[in-house]
Parts: sequence; C-alpha cells; structure tokens
Amino acid sequence: MELKLIFDKPKTMTDTKTHYCPGCGHGVLHRIVAEVIDELGIKDRVIGIAPVGCAVTAYDYWDIDMCEAAHGRVAAVATGLKRARPDAIVFGYQGDGDLAAIGLAETIHAANRGELITIIFVNNATYGMTGGQMAPTTLVGQVTKTSPKGRNPNNFEGYPLRVAEMIAMLEAPVYVERCMVTSTESVFNTKRAIKKAFTLQMQGKGYSFVEVLSGCPNEWHINPVEANRWIEEEMTKFFPLGVFKDKYPEIK
Amino acid sequence: MKELIKGNEALAEAAIIAGCRHYFGYPITPQNEITAYMAKRMPEVGGVFVQAESEVASINMVFGAAAAGVRVMTTTSSPGFSLMQEGVSYLAAAHLPCVLANIMRGGPGLGNIAGSQGDYFQAVKGGGHGDYRLIVLTPAYVQEMIDFTILAFDLADKYLIPVLILTDGIVGQMVEPAEFPKDYKPNFYDKSWALTGAKGRPKNVVRTLWLDDYGVENNNIKLQQKYARIKAEFVMYEEFMTEDAEVILVAYGTPARICKAITKKLRNEGYKVGTFRLQSAFPFPEYRLMELALEKHVKGFLVVEMSAGQMVEDVRLSVRDYKPVNFYGRMGGVLPEERKIIEYTLDMLKGKVEVN
Repeated sequence: MELKLIFDKPKTMTDTKTHYCPGCGHGVLHRIVAEVIDELGIKDRVIGIAPVGCAVTAYDYWDIDMCEAAHGRVAAVATGLKRARPDAIVFGYQGDGDLAAIGLAETIHAANRGELITIIFVNNATYGMTGGQMAPTTLVGQVTKTSPKGRNPNNFEGYPLRVAEMIAMLEAPVYVERCMVTSTESVFNTKRAIKKAFTLQMQGKGYSFVEVLSGCPNEWHINPVEANRWIEEEMTKFFPLGVFKDKYPEIK
Repeated sequence: MKELIKGNEALAEAAIIAGCRHYFGYPITPQNEITAYMAKRMPEVGGVFVQAESEVASINMVFGAAAAGVRVMTTTSSPGFSLMQEGVSYLAAAHLPCVLANIMRGGPGLGNIAGSQGDYFQAVKGGGHGDYRLIVLTPAYVQEMIDFTILAFDLADKYLIPVLILTDGIVGQMVEPAEFPKDYKPNFYDKSWALTGAKGRPKNVVRTLWLDDYGVENNNIKLQQKYARIKAEFVMYEEFMTEDAEVILVAYGTPARICKAITKKLRNEGYKVGTFRLQSAFPFPEYRLMELALEKHVKGFLVVEMSAGQMVEDVRLSVRDYKPVNFYGRMGGVLPEERKIIEYTLDMLKGKVEVN
C-alpha cells in the first residue's frame, strides 16, 4: 500500500516546542500564520516582529527573519523595517497589553499613516505573561488579579477597548477584521482573513489589521473547552466578529 | 569651499553625505532645523523621512530600520532624549548601529529652549536601564557637526553601537563657515546579521531577551568587551596651549570655545593657561588627563560646564587626587561668565587649591 502524506508541519514552523499553555490560542494562530506564509511563498521575504507578552519568543517558533520590539512598540519598529526594506513583507504579532495599552499611540499612528504592514492582534482579555492582570480588553465584570472584584466601570476601571472598530474608523487602513480561533470553522476563517491581510500588503494596497479572539484558560481559571465557549458566548457579545473595513472586497 | 551654514543643518546634510537615507524625528526646539531639513532633503536623494508621533516612536522606528541594516538617524533635544531612553537601551542591547543627536536645552523638566549641558550623565553614564554605553561625540563648531556626524556613522557600523552627537543648542543654532567633504565614501561593513528576509540563508533574529541562565550575562560580557575595545582604539580631544600650562581649563561644546578665548586672552597677558577640550565624552580621555595631571607645570584644572557639574566627575576620576580639580558652571541655559572663569583661573595660578 502506498502511503501519502496529507498533513504536515508548515515549512515556516521550526521544530522547537512552544511554551504555550494547554488551550492557548497562540499555538493555533502561529500555525495559521506559518501556513499562510508557506502558501503565499513569502518565507524568504517576510520579517515578523514579536511583542512583549506571551508571544515574546515567537522567533523561536517561526523559521523566518524576526525582530524583537520593546513593549508596545511593534508598529513603530514595523514602520522602520518596512521603510528600510520596502520589498519585505512585514507583520507585527501583538497581544492586548502590548497593542491596546502601552502601544496604542504607535498602533493608531502607524495605521493612520497607512504603513504597508500587517498587524495581527491577539485579544485574550487579560495579561497572560505577567499572570492574569486586567487588560484594556478585559470584559466588564471579569475577575483578574488587578480587578479582583470584577472590572467595574463605575469604579473608573473603564470599558473594554474595541480596537478593530477604532482602527476601522481611520481613513488609511484598507482592511480590518475580527476573528476567533475556537472551532475548525473559525480557524479556517481566521486563516482566510490573515491570508487576505498579507495579500493586500504584497499588492501594496495598504495597512491591514486582523484581531483574533483567543483563549487563555490558564488565567481565566477554566478548562480549554469552557474557554472556547466563553469566547463564543461572552467575548463576542462585546467584541462582535466580522469585517469592519474592506477597501478591496474583490481580493480574497 | 567654505559656506555659511547653521550647525543643525550642517549635521543634517552631513548625515546625507554619510549615506543616511532614513530619518525619523519629532519636532522639538532647538533642533527643529534638522527635522525640517530632512523633510525637504530626504525625498530629493530618494530617502525616507517620517515625522513620528513621539520620540518614543521615532527611536523605535530607528530600531526597526537599524535592524534592517540601513544607515539611520534620529535627532532631538533634552526632554525628547529622555523619552528615547527606552529605545536607546534596546538598541545598545541588540548591538544595532545608528546615529542619534541630542542638541541639549535647559532642564530638568520642560526647562527652556536655551543651550545647556545638563544631559551629560544621561548621555555618558547610560540614561536607560541596564549596563550599556554609547559612543558620545561632542562637537563645538559647525565644522565638527559635519565631521563628527560622518564619523558617527562609520563608528556605529564598525562597532555595532548607537553613536550619540551631544552638543548644546548654541552649537546647533550657530551659523559659521564650514565645509562639506567632497569625496567621502563609507567603508564596507558586514551586515549579514540584518533582517532582509531569510533568502538563501538561515533566519536572522534581532533580540535582547534571553530566558536561559546565562544568556543575558553573555550578552553583557559581549557588550563590555566591545566597550573595552572601543576605549582601546578610540578617543578624541583637542589640547590648546597646554604644553606649559599651569592651569588647564577643561570643557566641551560652547563653554570650551569660551575657555579657548580666555586662554588666548590670558596668554597675551603672560599667564600660562591652557584649554583641554573633549571631542568624545565616551570614551573619555582619562589617560591623557592623568598624564597632564602628572606634569610638573600643571597646578590644577578648572572644569567649566553649562550644568551643575557633571563632566567634572569624570575629570576627577581621571586626575584622582594628583592635582586639584575645581568647577564652575551655570545652569538652565545660562552661559558661564568670562569674568568668573578668569577670576577662578587667576586664583588657581596664585596657588589657591579651592576656588568658587
């Protein structure tokens, strides 16, 4: 009987074991990014930027040129890289603390300049790396280490920031979508969105932004199955999925 | 041929001559001529100018472009350089070459927009976190704004280190005759470490984080070895009438020009005075100052700064206790007074150990 290989590790993934917790969305999302890079044939011209947060060592897992950035400064570093290497495909990979708290200024201004970069924004509603503190995206009522009674807007703790919607409000960005990675269907959909975001950059169309709702069962103190259910039932209530901006609907 | 040119614009054009085609900056006085010059000039030479949203952003744009292996610069003034310290620490840790300029103004806080020298500690001792150093060049003339800026790009590429042009707003704003080099060509520097897309080679990673036991210590050891090599190979200073001087004035930037003028004046009156002018603050000319301190004709040193006394600490470390080191400075953008410098110098010539 002849054996046929029908499923393999993407070329863009290294053999390094990831440090991610069981049920964490990063592993799936790393693979999606790697598959997209493989399929677009850009492994030798892509430059990725790792954030400060759980994905800080993403450069160990992707077999591509990678740059570190100070906490929150991914969009500024991406600007420098892309302006210096206009032929490279430059993407940033950031969590919610990195992008929506400390790096919000860099994020908004790079988007507003219409930098030819792609930002993948991993929203898990908490600070995973530092042990589960309140993030800008933490839901109202959500208990974290720094909102022990649940996030309370009446106590000046604010509301979750809807970053995709904020970016979509700007003139320059060409594509903004929010996805999740909780099921086969949503994983495929996220892959489609990320592939489109990279394609738009390759065609020089403009700035693209994909937000991905992602589980952190470890810091949410629930199991991975419950985490996926929480994303689908609770997070999507405040963070609706969908395309918020698309200047090129004809490009898939 | 010499032309009349402003210090800040001289620095900007010198960067272009040095092959810098990427400039990221944020407006701040008294260095605004540089950002304006680059906004106009970069497109003419096919380069990139980006007005960043903050100095935090501009220094991180520099990080990205430096990681991509191109010659890159940002410039600012004191409060802006404070904001950049995060990025400077990362640039140093990642061994990335780039050129920075701090055209100092009065501080602390928002201070004022007059020339000052209150950022010496920040520049020379490491203003950000961790054990790192920058090469620090201290021009005092418009000609040196040109020459030192070009040199800065070569030093940065040679040693893989951020190089800082540190001067005061007076040098930045000053207009005087200067000349651009006609035939400058950069040496070839290996940039195989740069991020260009991993085509036909294993991937490159620019990082400053290591979570294993000795990773960060190993990077620190590499940094310290590099600084030791730089100190062994490079230092710059100017000696003006020090050969038989009994009192040596020590200064950099604008105060050094005042000291040189005073030296000439007192020499005409028969006093044996000299000026020692730093052209690099890191490496610091510690061995030469020690040699001078051991000279029999030298009675002592008078350090003149536009600060509360920062560089004077390095002079004292160099001279140790062999000869007295006195200090005179004015703060907050005020120039040191000529008559005070002369008064203290004459006191020291008379053999007074402590003046001021």
